[in-house]
Formats: sequence, C-alpha cells, structure tokens
Amino acid sequence: MQTRQLVVIGNGMVGQRFLEELVAMNQNFQITVFCEEPCPAYDRVQLSSWFSGATDEDLALTDLAFFERHGIRLITGEAAATIDRDQRRVTGNKGTVVDYDALVLATGSYPFVPPIPGHDREACFVYRTLDDLRQIKAAAEGCRRGVVIGGGLLGLEAAKALKDLGLTTDVIEFAPQLMAVQLDTRGGQLLREKIEALGVNVHTSTATQCIEAGDTARHRLVFAEGELETDMVVFSAGIRPQDKLARDCGLTIGERGGVVIDDHCMTSDPAIFAIGEVALWQSRIFGLVAPGYDMARKLAGHLCGQGEPFSGADMSTKLKLLGVEVGSIGDAHGKTEGSRVCVVEDSIKGFYKKLVINQDATRLLGAVLVGDTSDYDMLLQYALNGLDLPESPVSLILPSDNKPVLGVDALPAQAQICSCNNVSKGTLCQAIENGCTTIGALKTETRASATCGGCATLVKQVLDAELKRRGVEVNDHICEHFAYSRQGLYHLIRVNKIRSFDELLETHGTGRGCDICKPAVASILASCWNDYVLDPKHVGLQDTNDNFLANLQKDGSYSVVPRIPGGEITPEKLLVLGQVAQKYDLYTKITGGQRVDLFGARVEQLPLIWRDLVDAGFESGHAYGKALRTVKSCVGSTWCRYGVQDSVSMAIYVEERYRGLRSPHKLKMAVSGCTRECAEAQSKDVGVIATEKGWNLYVCGNGGMRPRHAELFASDLDDETLIRYIDRFLMFYIRTADRLQRTSVWRDNLEGGLEYLQDVIINDSLGIAAELETQVQGVIDTYVCEWKRTIEDPVALQRFRPFLNDDNPDEQIVYVRERGQKRPARAEEKDKVELVEVV
Amino acid sequence: MSQQMEAAAVQRSDWFDIADLDQIVPGTGAAARLGKEQVAIFNTRDGIFAVQNHDPFSGANVLSRGIVGDIGGRLVVASPVYKQHFCLRSGECLEDGSVRLQTFAVTVRDSRVWVAAGE
Repeated sequence: MQTRQLVVIGNGMVGQRFLEELVAMNQNFQITVFCEEPCPAYDRVQLSSWFSGATDEDLALTDLAFFERHGIRLITGEAAATIDRDQRRVTGNKGTVVDYDALVLATGSYPFVPPIPGHDREACFVYRTLDDLRQIKAAAEGCRRGVVIGGGLLGLEAAKALKDLGLTTDVIEFAPQLMAVQLDTRGGQLLREKIEALGVNVHTSTATQCIEAGDTARHRLVFAEGELETDMVVFSAGIRPQDKLARDCGLTIGERGGVVIDDHCMTSDPAIFAIGEVALWQSRIFGLVAPGYDMARKLAGHLCGQGEPFSGADMSTKLKLLGVEVGSIGDAHGKTEGSRVCVVEDSIKGFYKKLVINQDATRLLGAVLVGDTSDYDMLLQYALNGLDLPESPVSLILPSDNKPVLGVDALPAQAQICSCNNVSKGTLCQAIENGCTTIGALKTETRASATCGGCATLVKQVLDAELKRRGVEVNDHICEHFAYSRQGLYHLIRVNKIRSFDELLETHGTGRGCDICKPAVASILASCWNDYVLDPKHVGLQDTNDNFLANLQKDGSYSVVPRIPGGEITPEKLLVLGQVAQKYDLYTKITGGQRVDLFGARVEQLPLIWRDLVDAGFESGHAYGKALRTVKSCVGSTWCRYGVQDSVSMAIYVEERYRGLRSPHKLKMAVSGCTRECAEAQSKDVGVIATEKGWNLYVCGNGGMRPRHAELFASDLDDETLIRYIDRFLMFYIRTADRLQRTSVWRDNLEGGLEYLQDVIINDSLGIAAELETQVQGVIDTYVCEWKRTIEDPVALQRFRPFLNDDNPDEQIVYVRERGQKRPARAEEKDKVELVEVV
Repeated sequence: MSQQMEAAAVQRSDWFDIADLDQIVPGTGAAARLGKEQVAIFNTRDGIFAVQNHDPFSGANVLSRGIVGDIGGRLVVASPVYKQHFCLRSGECLEDGSVRLQTFAVTVRDSRVWVAAGE
C-alpha cells in the first residue's frame, strides 16, 4: 500500500476522535494535524468543571505521547490559513506548508456574537475555549456582577461558571423561555424557577440594544424596556460553523453556513472531507458531540475502504444545568401531525415530565423532562427503537414503585445503549459473550458509559439480563465456604457483633474455610473491631504478610517498612534506619511512597529489628497489610515558593489518623501543596490538592497495572470538612467493596457513579454518615502499633522462631553481593559462589 | 531429591520428638527440622499433619506459613508465595497434578508432637 498524505485541520473533540478511530484501523496514512489552540484536544463538554476545580490535565482528551506513538505530526498554535485545492496544499498562518492527498476539516464552530453596539468593549467574552475561561477567570477578580447573553444550553453552563466565580449572575434570553430548542414552554418555565431559586436572575423576551459605560459597574446593558449594570458580559448566543477556510477555497457552503457533505462526509471536492460542527448534512448542523463522533467513525471507515454511511443522528440530550436535571428527546415540541401528549407535573417535588405520542398512542415520539431525568434512558429506548408503548403510556412517567419496567430483552440488537460512543446492545452482548462479566470489564472493552456515564444503569441491566439469559448464575459468593459476598459478610459481622472467624463459620458458613475467606474475614473483623491481628483466634486467618507483620519475598525472607508519616524524617531517625540496616545486613531501597524498605530479614530477625526500631520511635508502616500504606506529600508552603497550603502537616495528620485502618485492599494517599501536584495525588485512592481557599479532594485514583486518574470529588474544603469526607469515603468503601477490590475498580462498578458517591458522602443520602464517622473514630481510638505490642508479647514471639526444635536460621536463605549490598542468590549461584556470611 | 529419598528410606522407622503441641497455635502451621530436612507441621481441627516445608513452585522453605483450610472437601495448605493448594493428606497439588509434596507421619504422645522420617 502506498503511503498517502492526510491532513486534518482542527484538533477538537471530533478531530481527535477521528484520529483515534483512524489509527485503530489498518491504514497507511502519513498524518499531519493543524491545531490552532496551544494544546491538543480537550473535553469541551465538561468545560464548566474547570471552574469547579478540574485542571487542564483533567480535561485533556489526549497527550503528546499519542501523536508520537502513532507517528502523527501535530502542529499546535498554528491555524490553517489557506487551502490550495489545485496543488492540494494547506498553508498555515505561520508559514507551514503541507501537501495532502486527503484533507479533513474538523474546524468546529465559533461562538456567535450578536452585532450589538458595544459588544467589543473590554470584559466582554465568549465561552468556547480554555483560553476564554482563563480570561473570564482573570477578569472576574475585580468584578461583582456578570451577565450571560443567551439562555440556551451553553449560556446556562456559562452562568454556572460565573456563579462559581462568586459573581451575582444574570441571564438574558431573547426568546420567551430558556432552552427553547430542547424544552417546551412549561418545561422552560420550571427550569427558570429552579435556576432563579439558586440565585441566578433570568430575563426572558429581552433583547439587548447596546452595551455602554455604566454608572455603578463597568457596563450598562440597555434593553427595550429597562437596563442592567454589570462588570462582565459573556456572549453565548449560539454557534456558527467555522467554515471560512472552506468558503475561501470555493467549497459548497450552505445558505446559513456549514460545509455541505454527503453520506461519506465528502465535500464538493472529493479530496476534502468535513466532520463535526462545521459539516452540513442534509441541511442540518449537528451541535452535539455524539453525532460528531459518529461522523468521525464513519469517515475513518470510509477512508480505509469500509463504506458505512453517516445517516443522521438523534439529538436527544440529558444533562444537569446548575444542578437541575434536564432531558429532551426527539420531537419535544410535539410538531408531528396528530401527536398527543401526556404530562405529569409535581410542583412540590419540583419536576415536570411530558411525553409526545403518536396519534394511536402506540409509539413515543418525544419527551421533555425537567427536575427528574430518571426515566430518560428508558424513554429514549422507546423512542429510538419504536417499541410498543404500554396500554397507559403515562404510567412510564408516573412516580410509582411498580412502574412498568422496560425489559432490556425487548430491545433489538442494534439499539444504541451508549450514544457518546455509539455502543449498541449487540456490541455489549458480544463483549459479554467474550467474557466481560463485570461493568468495569465491559466499559474497558466497549467504551460504553465511559464518556458521560448517563447510560450506566442501562448497561448494567443489559449485563444482568444477558448473564441470566445465558444461565450464568450471577454468584457473588466469596468462596465455597460462605454463600455471601464480602459486603454480605461485613453486614453479618457488624450486625450480629461477630468477633471471630469460627463464630462466623459456625453460624453462617460451611466447611473449614480457605485462603480466600479467612484473610477477607480477618480484614473485616479488623475494620469492625480492630482486635490485635496476632491474637491466637485471628492468627491462622492472616496471609503470611499480616501473619509476620512484614512483606514476604521470593526467597522466604521478609522486608520491613517503618512508618514515615508524610515522608518527613529527622536526620536522627534516618541514621537509625541506616544503623539497623547495617546491623542486620539488610538490602536498603527507597520506596515510591517516600519510605525506606529494608529487605532480607529472616523470620527470627524481625522482632530484633523491630525492638531497635520501636526504641528509636518508629511504628509499623503496615506495608504488609491491606490497609493504609503511605500518605505521600510535597514540601508545601513551608519551603516551596509556589505552595499555597502546608501539605506536609496535612499529610502527617492524615497518615496518623488512618494508620492501621484495615480495608478490602491497600490504600494509598497523597497531599500536594499546590496545583503543580508534585505529590501525584491524582494517582491515589485519596488525593488532596491545596487550593488558595482550602483543599480539593480527589478519589479513586490508581497507579499500577491499570492506571486511573482520580476524580475531583469536592472543591475548596476546609480542614474539618476534608477529613469528614475522607472518613466517610473510606468507611463506605470498606463496607461495600469486594474482596481485594481497589477503590478505582469499586468506583467503576458503582451504580450511579461519582454522583451517587457524592450524594452518599456529601449529602448523606443514605443517612449513614454519622455511623460511618463513628466507626472510623472507633478504629482511630483503638489504634495500637502492632509491632510495639508484638515485641512485648511472649506468646506472639514464639511464632517467630525459625523452627520448633532449632533456633539456627534456615541455611537455604543465601545472599551474594551486588552494588555494595546483598541480594538473594540465584539457584545456580547457591552452590558455587562465596556466600554472604549469615549475620 | 533422590539422595534425600534414599536417606529417608534408611531412616524409615525413625520418629523425631519435635515440640509441645501447644507450640503450634490451633489453625496454623510451624516449621521443624528433621535431620537435614525441613517439615511443615499443621495443627488443624481435623488433626495434625506434616508435609515438606519446601515450596516446589517458589523454591523457598515457607509452606509452614501457609493458610490451612479445605477445598472441595480436601484439607489443604495454600502456599504463601504463589497460592497453590496442596492436600495435607496426600501432598498432591490441586492446581498441578504432576506435583506432589512429601508427607510425613505425625503423632501426638503426651502432648508432644512426633514426626516420622520417610513416608
């Protein structure tokens, strides 16, 4: 195959998705990308979250490594200036010249600014790029009031941003209602009421005639009737396709803008294609990301010889605006001839739901949902798949416990479950057939519910139904000895106040137990009652690491990790670690968690080593336990020029608070003193990052085999609230996670996702917050250093003898020297090399 | 291995007095020396068992530190290194039929644990 030159203009969400689709195929393009912005693609849908603490990195959809890995030339900070269709050549505005065999326009759209006199005054912004946001934030410093012109979807997003910045916020809408495209009159009205209740002033049927200098604020907006003074204006009055390049080179353009494309995204020039918001298909522009993604996929296929055509897209949408749930499906305005409606409204609970139904009441044509979108997924399936409506369609939106359930079995295989990533029920079923039997696995394999997460419930239903249909017994029993999940065992132990494994086995289990259930139960007992883990009734339950309070290595020796809270250590204590390592000839290595790991200790040496460490003031580091490991920190505001909070003190506080807390799996935490994030808190189960106002809390991150960025859980918390949330979060995880399930996987499998978690932890939706806190406090109050206790317990110490009948060490643990330290001898070395003398 | 087995055969009927039974916490194991060999002795609800202490998969002498239990009705110890299960009665590895631990006869007399060298 001959290499062809492919040039892509624009690296927004759709442009990036196109690249991803293309490189995943067997293709032979030399790809060049023009990206006008200084950084590659980021998530514009989540733009507003930047104001509530998300960083540029959080929003990033790709990184430079992606382009490097796939040999794609990325030109950032340079816009394409001209297209020479005869020469097939693109020239950038900084002079870069690239020839193409095929050209893809993914230039997106630009915000429409109405030509009101004064629209170009200072502190008048648009809301489209990260750069716009930076300007808005910078300008907000000296502002008290802000106005958003435009009450559509994006305008309300912008209003939220201004509100988050602490400005008194007004929304000006030309039409008689908010979100006139998606909502009907009553829906718009309820949305308005809800938004006003949140303290945002809404002015509908209001046209701004000019913007001039104000008396009490920077600007004055003059309307036909009345005026309004404000310090800042954000225009969000709709978008227009960014089609200038295409116009200039003579491609066919729609009457009201947009590059005309056919079903294969081809423009009037067969070498040029257009996708996303710049493209006009059958006289329509699709201003949502999902149809853009669909075009990206279809075009990638087309360029690689797989000719699946683009066939339009559903514009239904579900979102949360200023905390208000809003959903709109299909023919929301009931424009279809003869259509009928069912409406349910509850002004006490504050929701409005409308169904638009065909004349003979058999099909759902559209819907409007405000204040409660819990029925959205189900209604969308009815509408998209033309499913038969139940006899009384209104029952679908009535608040009732025995609402007719849409059996996912009723959905055809081609039914789209995840619209963001275009995943059909058939694709899900295929993945389940291939062995994805958990939500997490299904998500990784198919990308279903990986973007907005709106379809998570439906994905779970498909999974459960499929497994059931295949006769796979969905069995969450921990092992053959207990017909319970870990969560079930946890409840039994807690509710029945069970204090030992034998008691649990006798009352709720069978057989003798095994190496699965014993450590799991030991962990639950420790989380609940915090008894000494080497108590004779618990000792046989522990994995060897817990059993000897050290980490087993391949040769049967152990490693020792004393706690160094926050990674802060005095020179005196550091010297002690060196002396102990020297005395017992331990291989010494610095860990990734800012501690020191001492390797090569034999069982009988452990109590001796710990006697020395405890005497010097060290405590167990629990590196051996499924428990809190370490709280990493950067040096913070104490020393660092950039630090805004004392991250070291916070890390030490957190580490000492949760030390010894046993959990379903190990827990790692970190505290960073500023947004530069030197403690890498976003790769931890619990990450804390300082802000100028307090702390941002991140949860459920992970490094290791399957890295996962932690998610922003709450912003600008004071110390007390931060600790309260961490208390609740940890205990909720301990209560509900599966055995050996890290917080990241637990989170991926949590129905309702981050929002649910926030609801439980922040809003106490389950009414258990006080209980969770009490329980954590119980563990904190009963904390005892396990090693301190062990070296004073003659019975426990007996178990550290190498042999029942001999105190001489195991002569088969042998070492050789390497780089000035010992290491385990390899099998072939054991016989011949001069071995290290046993200490 | 063959040398060890030869040695074991020679001492077939030799019983070694190891330790007081209460030195092995119920539900756990402990290591002992048997001449040049190491054995792992387990004190379970179903009796006292002894197998070689050497873990054939990791090469370390650690089986005495494994968790005991039952799998499908067979009493087992799980290797603390790579978690294979070995039948305490037969020494058979449940995950790999080609691997079998050496087992030892054990008895308790006057609260003392005795282990016999050889099979």
